[in-house]
Amino acid sequence: MSPAPTIRRLGKILLPVAIALALGVLLLVSADAPPWEAVRLIIDGSLGSTGGLSSTLMVWVPLVLAAAGLVVTFAAGLWNIGIEGQLVMGAVAGALVARTVDGPSGLVIPLVVLTGMVGGMLWGLLVGVLRTYGRVNEIFGGLGLDFVATGLVVYLVIGPWKRVGSASTSGTDLFPREAWLPTTGPLTVSWVALALAAAGVVAVFFLMRGTYFGLRLRAVGRNSRSAFLMGIPTNRYLLAAFAVCGALAGLGGALHATGFHHKLVPSVSGGYGFLAILVVLLAAFGATWIAPLALFFAVISVGSTQLQLRLQLDSALGGVLQGVLVLFTLLAGGWQLRRAYLSRRGSEGG
Amino acid sequence: MSLELRGIHKRYGAVRANDGVDLRLEAGAIHGLLGENGAGKSTLMKVLSGFVTPDAGEVRLDGKKVPLGSTRAAIRAGIGMLHQDPLVFLPFTVLDNFMLGSGRRVSRSAAARELQRIGGEFGFRFEPSAPVRSLTVGERQQLEITRLLWLGARVLILDEPTTGISATQQERLFATLRALAEQGMIVAFVSHKLEEVEALCQTVSVMRRGKVVGEASLPCPTEQLVEMMFGRVITLRQKEKLAPGEPVLSLEGVRPVDQPAGEEYSLTVREGEVVGLAGLEGSGQRPFLRTCAGLSRAAAGRLRIDGRDLAGARFGDFLEAGVHFLPAGRLEEGLISGLTVTEHFVLAARAKGFSIDWSAARADAERRISENLIMGTPGSAADELSGGNQQRLLLALMPPDLRLLLMEHPTRGLDLESADWVWHQLTKRAGRGTAIVFASADLDELLRHSDRIIVFFAGRMLREVRASETGGEELGYLIGGKVAP
Amino acid sequence: MDATLASIVAAASPLVYAVVGETIAEKAGVINLSLDGSIMLSAMAGFAAAYATGSVLLGFLMAAAVSMVVALLIAFASIELRLNQIAVGFVLTLLCADLASFLGDPYVGQRVAGVAPLPIPGLRDIPFLGPVFFRHNLSVYGSFLAIILAYLFIFRTRRGLELQGVGERPEAAHARGIRVNLWRYLYTMVGGALCGIAGAAFSLDVLLGWRENRTQNYGWIALAIVIFGGWHPVRAATGAYLFGALSVLALKLQPRLPDLSQILPMTPFVLMILALLLVSQDWSRRPADRVSRWRRLLSGDPPSGIGVAFWRD
Repeated sequence: MSPAPTIRRLGKILLPVAIALALGVLLLVSADAPPWEAVRLIIDGSLGSTGGLSSTLMVWVPLVLAAAGLVVTFAAGLWNIGIEGQLVMGAVAGALVARTVDGPSGLVIPLVVLTGMVGGMLWGLLVGVLRTYGRVNEIFGGLGLDFVATGLVVYLVIGPWKRVGSASTSGTDLFPREAWLPTTGPLTVSWVALALAAAGVVAVFFLMRGTYFGLRLRAVGRNSRSAFLMGIPTNRYLLAAFAVCGALAGLGGALHATGFHHKLVPSVSGGYGFLAILVVLLAAFGATWIAPLALFFAVISVGSTQLQLRLQLDSALGGVLQGVLVLFTLLAGGWQLRRAYLSRRGSEGG
Repeated sequence: MSLELRGIHKRYGAVRANDGVDLRLEAGAIHGLLGENGAGKSTLMKVLSGFVTPDAGEVRLDGKKVPLGSTRAAIRAGIGMLHQDPLVFLPFTVLDNFMLGSGRRVSRSAAARELQRIGGEFGFRFEPSAPVRSLTVGERQQLEITRLLWLGARVLILDEPTTGISATQQERLFATLRALAEQGMIVAFVSHKLEEVEALCQTVSVMRRGKVVGEASLPCPTEQLVEMMFGRVITLRQKEKLAPGEPVLSLEGVRPVDQPAGEEYSLTVREGEVVGLAGLEGSGQRPFLRTCAGLSRAAAGRLRIDGRDLAGARFGDFLEAGVHFLPAGRLEEGLISGLTVTEHFVLAARAKGFSIDWSAARADAERRISENLIMGTPGSAADELSGGNQQRLLLALMPPDLRLLLMEHPTRGLDLESADWVWHQLTKRAGRGTAIVFASADLDELLRHSDRIIVFFAGRMLREVRASETGGEELGYLIGGKVAP
Repeated sequence: MDATLASIVAAASPLVYAVVGETIAEKAGVINLSLDGSIMLSAMAGFAAAYATGSVLLGFLMAAAVSMVVALLIAFASIELRLNQIAVGFVLTLLCADLASFLGDPYVGQRVAGVAPLPIPGLRDIPFLGPVFFRHNLSVYGSFLAIILAYLFIFRTRRGLELQGVGERPEAAHARGIRVNLWRYLYTMVGGALCGIAGAAFSLDVLLGWRENRTQNYGWIALAIVIFGGWHPVRAATGAYLFGALSVLALKLQPRLPDLSQILPMTPFVLMILALLLVSQDWSRRPADRVSRWRRLLSGDPPSGIGVAFWRD
């Protein structure tokens, strides 16, 4: 490709980013915060130290796994808002194993991983069943189950699984050491988590591009009626999409619980499910870019906690930046498509 | 009063839908606008009614220019359009549909009185609180006409109004149009059906490829109109008679779901036979075909494919038994927008593997594209293909050796060449032993290609006739429910 | 008893505003998924404005304005840019929530006068009805008015019929000369304004004050109630009151059944799922078909043109 179009394409991508940053700067100024300082803090807080880097990567793990799962459900034409609940239930299932199974790490950790996937998968299937057999829109079914899941976690943390002594919303007791994901060197992030997350992304990429399952799922997502007439059992594929996504999200939740917090906390999902939806929107629903984009979002999320500590700014600024970025990317994309369409019509019309 | 169109141009990408159209319509006579599918009639009418902004040209009513590209302006000028599928609001009542958007500040009771009064002039009867969903197409048309008259339409354009209405309703419609023309309205009747135009109109303009190629006063020889419409003589293949084989489809007392008791179907179709289903839309062919395809459950009776009773079986079982269903909506129910030709072939192959070999798939698609004369590449998206090529693709996607092929309107919206090619393929399949059952609104198609024709009326199989022993007139009567002419 | 009912009516008033507003917008064919975030943002903005100026009225106006801008953005993205309403709405709901947290920090813990109580003389002394409905404030009375006006407008006026047409089948409305997209912009913004008032009703009346997550996912619940309400303002408002009643009931049960109180926050959502399940089943829709007079109230079908942008070419 010749250089000029590439530059233009790059410009198209960077323009929304520039606008988002500009708006971020504007917000910071309005909150009486020095913009450069804030940006420096964000980057420093997330990448500037081994602690920060570890946190960023541990946020990346559930975020990218949830995003990978969402690529599958979006391909099927579904808005899986229930992703948060699936993350949470994976963490709960993993926590159950971590707390009750005695044994060496070699046994417990694979079991945690497996049950995390199963927990998330079942929760996802519940949304799927509500949709295919109960005809409840998956947005509301998923949402309801999200809140049920978080409610369940609160109940567990304050009730049956409460800390020895007095119940605390800071979480359960720490899991037994065997359940902690292994780490190496100064980083507190586990290579197990990173490896599994990367594997998840690669698996989804391959699943959607190179398998019959992926092709049929895309067919169902684009036109379920035609797909059905072609002999594809649409209900089964929709349920499978929920199952795959739930499993990936559950894996992310379980890894995050055992590898990061090492206990079950009420905010175990951390809003990573919804954030993953933003990542996938930004990645144009494809698996290619979710890994770097998720990392970018993780940097912002982790880094913005520094803002709270150092500049007394609400860490929600991170969320604002992420939201503005996605919003303007969507708007810019729509704008460009519209202009292209209109100019095509204009040049061909009389 | 006269309506004049001058120099109307409209392009859609590379297609010149209207290529410099000049037309003049006078009050007091019904004008026909004749042309095959794709000639540009619909676009022209959309320009006239303000739905579409032309690239160039003007419209003058009684010498005064009518602003283009605005439905409001068209309505204000008195131009009323009756669409082929009347644009009504299905869940709302008759009265709501009558009043919506009229801009008149009248009470509901006053509007109801007007509805009955104006409708009564033409013999229409309405129940104001009935949901429009419960009305037949013909009745919806009557409602729309009444509404347009209430709004003070001076020009009435009807776009293919006789699709899907009963013979009685058609008679009443034609009588209404004649009365309106006599009262001084300008009436334009757009159609591709020669017989109707000849029966109703006093003058006719013929369109082909975006231009008006000729005008005539009626009566005039049909050959003249045909020559203007098609510009060339088509040699259509004649159907060869084949000896039918073993029974493929056998229905005994089958009643589709949602059908009242007493309406059961019994039918046997053999290998190599072609059975055409005639009848107005809504007469029962659709649920019949879909039940035979396994899409709707049969509430009663035995449905045998090659001797195996599949009543109540899943759709997948029907597919495995060699039954294939080709729906009328090519992009709605047949092809998948956004997926490429190659991807369609891969999906249709229904392979059992896990991963796809894309280079082999593309090569296979190349081959099948050239075999089936599809104008497109393996990477073309299905929605980028023209209607004719989409139908070619749909046919190419069918498994090679089917036992039973069920089709809704196999050549709807296709030009003659494509339609011809479709039947060429279908005849080959029949020759290989496939049983074919198809529904069509085109009497010529039914007569030319079927061995037997079954006429549906009001949900019943009214009569079965041999195609070689019947003619268009008898079929027309049967379709209208008249058993003996 | 009537004290409880009165508290239900008052507590449910913000939800009623939101539900009526979203019903109007969706009836015209536009889904505003940003509801939850918009309500939070306008609650904060309304509170901030009231705090800064001392005027509760200005607070309400500010709240309405903020939500109107968000609604306008959704309409614009859908109509002009042909973007998916759900996608844009989802992004905005998160963005507005975060924006509300970020900008609202200075106002946490602050105090504001709130809406003054205004019992209606005469009506307030009617036995039973008086205490329940007529001893509230302007904000609550406004919610009654919203239901009544919405119903009358949609089902009894010429323009209301056109609104229904725009949402049901925009092509047909367009064929009749109705400016579909103009009305969609307008009704989306009206819906947005009502949602803004809902937010202000929270932070300036029902849950006086501002704090993160004060509004407790009410926006999502409102969206579900619109579906449950069959896109009919009266039925939707009934759903809002029912929800309010259940919330109050849960609170009352708390001291009696303390263990259950842990699970209580989950119950509205379980109920939401069950309610949606109920409404989606075929057998629950049959009564609507049989009795024509009540068809409008009982049928649960969405406007057929909902969520899909309309354009002429």
